Amino acid sequence: MKNRLVVTSGIAVMILSTATFAGPREDLLAQYAAAANARGFSAVRGQALHTQSFSGGKPDTPSCTTCHGKDTRGPGRAPSGKTIEPLAVSVTPTRYTDPAKVEKWFKRNCTEVLGRECTPQEKGDWLTFVITQ
Amino acid sequence: MRIPHRPLAIGLVTLAFSALILARAQAGDRHFFSPVADPLVKEECGGCHLAFPPSMLPARSWQRMMGELDNHFGDNASLDPATAEKIRSYLIANAGDAAGQRYSSKLLKGVVAGAAPQRITQLPKWVSEHRKVPEWEWRHKDVRSKANCVACHTAAEQGYYEE
Repeated sequence: MKNRLVVTSGIAVMILSTATFAGPREDLLAQYAAAANARGFSAVRGQALHTQSFSGGKPDTPSCTTCHGKDTRGPGRAPSGKTIEPLAVSVTPTRYTDPAKVEKWFKRNCTEVLGRECTPQEKGDWLTFVITQ
Repeated sequence: MRIPHRPLAIGLVTLAFSALILARAQAGDRHFFSPVADPLVKEECGGCHLAFPPSMLPARSWQRMMGELDNHFGDNASLDPATAEKIRSYLIANAGDAAGQRYSSKLLKGVVAGAAPQRITQLPKWVSEHRKVPEWEWRHKDVRSKANCVACHTAAEQGYYEE
């Protein structure tokens, strides 16, 4: 009985601490939310963006999945042949913790795939998608 | 207290000998190219492809490449000026024709004096070393490009490029 209480309160503390913990990813999302006029982000929209084929970018990279692969929890492969670490935070927990790096790759990859930079809404949706993967 | 001279001397000789052998093994191997040691260079140059050892190209090649990052083999790989400058000086200081890099001179054999080749895979010595690799092997799904050294040279990231 006493044990169960300890475990329950332990879990409660863990949930509370993750809910209130503002890490670099949460800061990034807040930043995108402010810039996107806070419509809220959706993992479903993020996934759609991730798998969609675009024609505005480079012909050999029509979608995110061209290099990152269809499975976010599996590795991707750059055109050079280099392996890319899985996008899913559950598999690569170090991802998206350096805001400058996130911005650098959004800029590069969106330009290559979409032929333009991504909007804060798109970035927030996509980040929400891979965080929940 | 008496200092035990004999064991000490034996120990020192052994140490010196192994250090010599190790240095020889590394330096004497013409397929060894010091991998990038600088974390910034490794991060920025190793994002899309293997961070190629700077000793594989002459300084003038790196100089030109760092001036054309907005069109880096068809990709825009632009960096902020401060980062680009740090990388440029590292590459030039460790280039194949920089002092103390005599082991890469073989790879640069046949490069026209004053030329600034951009692709390691087009160096005359690189081409002749890889002449026996059939076309289908380059197209293999695990290879994909001639820039993917690790596909065959499994210890490339550690600097070893033997067969």
